[in-house]
Amino acid sequence: MINGSESLVRSLEHAGVEVIFGIPGGAILPAYDPLFDSSIRHILVRHEQGAGHAATGYAQATGKVGVCMATSGPGATNLVTPIADAQMDSVPLVAITGQVPSGAIGSDAFQEADIRGITMPVTKHNVLVTNPNDIPRAIAEAFHIASTGRPGAVLVDISKDALQANTEFNWPKSIDLPGYKPTTKPNSKQIREAAALIAQSQRPVLYVGGGVIKANASRELMAFAELCGAPLVTTLMARGSFPDSHPQNLGMPGMHGTVAAVTALQKADLLITLGARFDDRVTGKLSTFAPNARIIHADIDPAEIGKNRYVDVPIVGDLRETLTELAPALQAEFAAGHQPDLGAWWKQCNSWRSTFPLGYDIPEDGTLSPQYVIERLGKIAGPDAIYAAGVGQHQMWAAQFVSYEKPRTWLNSGGLGTMGYAVPAAMGAKVGRPETAVWAIDGDGCFQMTNQELATCAINNIPIKVAIINNESLGMVRQWQTLFYNSRYSNTDLHSKRIPDFAKLADAMGCIGLRCEKAEDVDATIAKAMEINDQPVVVDFSVHRDAMVWPMVAAGTSNDEIMIARELAPDWDSQDL
Amino acid sequence: MSLHTLSVLVENSPGVLARVASLFSRRGFNIESLAVGPTEHEEISRMTIVVNVEENPLEQVTKQLNKLINVLKIVELDSVSSVQRELLLVKVSADTKNRPEVLEIVSLFRAKVVDVVADAVIIEATGTGEKIAALLSVLEPFGIKELVQSGLVAMARGSKSISK
Repeated sequence: MINGSESLVRSLEHAGVEVIFGIPGGAILPAYDPLFDSSIRHILVRHEQGAGHAATGYAQATGKVGVCMATSGPGATNLVTPIADAQMDSVPLVAITGQVPSGAIGSDAFQEADIRGITMPVTKHNVLVTNPNDIPRAIAEAFHIASTGRPGAVLVDISKDALQANTEFNWPKSIDLPGYKPTTKPNSKQIREAAALIAQSQRPVLYVGGGVIKANASRELMAFAELCGAPLVTTLMARGSFPDSHPQNLGMPGMHGTVAAVTALQKADLLITLGARFDDRVTGKLSTFAPNARIIHADIDPAEIGKNRYVDVPIVGDLRETLTELAPALQAEFAAGHQPDLGAWWKQCNSWRSTFPLGYDIPEDGTLSPQYVIERLGKIAGPDAIYAAGVGQHQMWAAQFVSYEKPRTWLNSGGLGTMGYAVPAAMGAKVGRPETAVWAIDGDGCFQMTNQELATCAINNIPIKVAIINNESLGMVRQWQTLFYNSRYSNTDLHSKRIPDFAKLADAMGCIGLRCEKAEDVDATIAKAMEINDQPVVVDFSVHRDAMVWPMVAAGTSNDEIMIARELAPDWDSQDL
Repeated sequence: MSLHTLSVLVENSPGVLARVASLFSRRGFNIESLAVGPTEHEEISRMTIVVNVEENPLEQVTKQLNKLINVLKIVELDSVSSVQRELLLVKVSADTKNRPEVLEIVSLFRAKVVDVVADAVIIEATGTGEKIAALLSVLEPFGIKELVQSGLVAMARGSKSISK
């Protein structure tokens, strides 16, 4: 006989859990006793939101399921944001929460919150367990659901009495979920149709989304892309799935994408969509997106197909299998003499690329350019480092000016856009990949939402590095105020050059705090931070506050109206269109 | 917009109704009518959901419903190849003077009277939405004191079973 808590910890061990990020409290307290003796490492965070994002960062960096744990009521509700975040970005996450004793459920007991009800719309699945005998099966199913098909967040809420009661431990030999059978094998007829469509296309573009990383299909993508020869764009969630240095990569599409990537999608006659979801940040005004393109859409989630855009050839399945089968099918088309000449298309794409490269102005007042800082950071830390960003201008610059060569080196909150994601996500990534340099590229606004986890990092020997791109404001909101609200800066000035003093704050949290204000000091400061591997480092880069993210497709407008600078559209007349 | 009837087999587990209802509300789809009840299998419940959407959003509703782990099967039932019924209980003013008239309507619609007092009757009727609406419009002049109506339930014609 063991109790429910021991059964829970044993279940987590059986599920292969290495690390849990969490905070104990009343209802989950029984679980923390056997956890004390377990081989599983528990990292005591400072706020449950940090636990959730850390588990997400861990999952994104390693491909394993991230696990976070919290108590009932406020502990559980503090997990809601990271759960929603992980679900939106299809990250495999299992959240375990304590619940008040089953007899007290519904009585507004102390620290009671209906976390199953609250998280229903933001999880792939969730359950409330009140019978201790159900614990192993609930955990096994949670890990199976979180990690298979389209990955996502699963919450297991366990009542305190179930954790305390006696039970037998029976790890299920197999998972039996009659309502959950993800299709992984693509339909061969659709594969042939897709290959035929590609073989007829004069202006194809590979529209690559985060699904390629989730499916661990980067190698297969490389083989297929090189066979196909088409230009390729990598969405915000797909950065790193295909090397930026590869000549076929036109960069990121979307609201702040490169002119070449955005325009190639607009002018394409075929989009080969791989694990992407036609998000509004990519399509701009949907009715004007890629108006002449036929659509091949390969995704593990059938609900994504046709959700936003009509699809000509749908392929439901695992992307690695899809790409593995698509390559020989396309090869067969080519062998039969159906290989289009993409020369003219490439000439166009290359001309967009060379005429409208990503760039930025160096501030005339001698202050530091934020893009320059991020560009240098990417160069010095290199393509083997992991970069986790918050949300806002710095996130877009980190997506634009760091060159990503490998999958799982770029972590960010793409779908939900969660400010405060970077520091805890970097912490989780560093726990999962301790030999890798992990940089959080954060804004001064974001950093002030979750920096308490620096204390967790310092105490638990998790030496992350944080680059605060400090423009003393909520920069992206300020940019919109500049562009759309007559420069009326309502409530976007954070005054964070003076308060708080980030270097002192870092020091107080047991980290090394550095400052950098001049371009000539950037390299040396980054090099210094790279040398420190026994302590977290925080660098306060004091940057020009008026820098803006370009190019930009204003929200709700067509991608055809992309601007490369304020009131400056590309000079299309000079282009051979 | 047009009405579509979905028959949804779900695991008979706690919270499944909330899950389905919350999905409709989150994705911005309106439920016109909803009926839930047991099936021939103890562990499976059946929901009959009438939703007012275009063809394309309907496909999205179905796909999103299918993603719920507790949802086992979804079948769309059209009004031709399925039997569709609603249940109505309506309390109508009827005294000795006009009761015969009311009773005549009741028999015309193959409905029945299930309660009588001096000044009112309760009428029970089943049928399609159209029939129920027609009955109500005929009863209206007598004075409808109270009415309650069930969601629509539907079953495909023929010998095949949905759970097979």
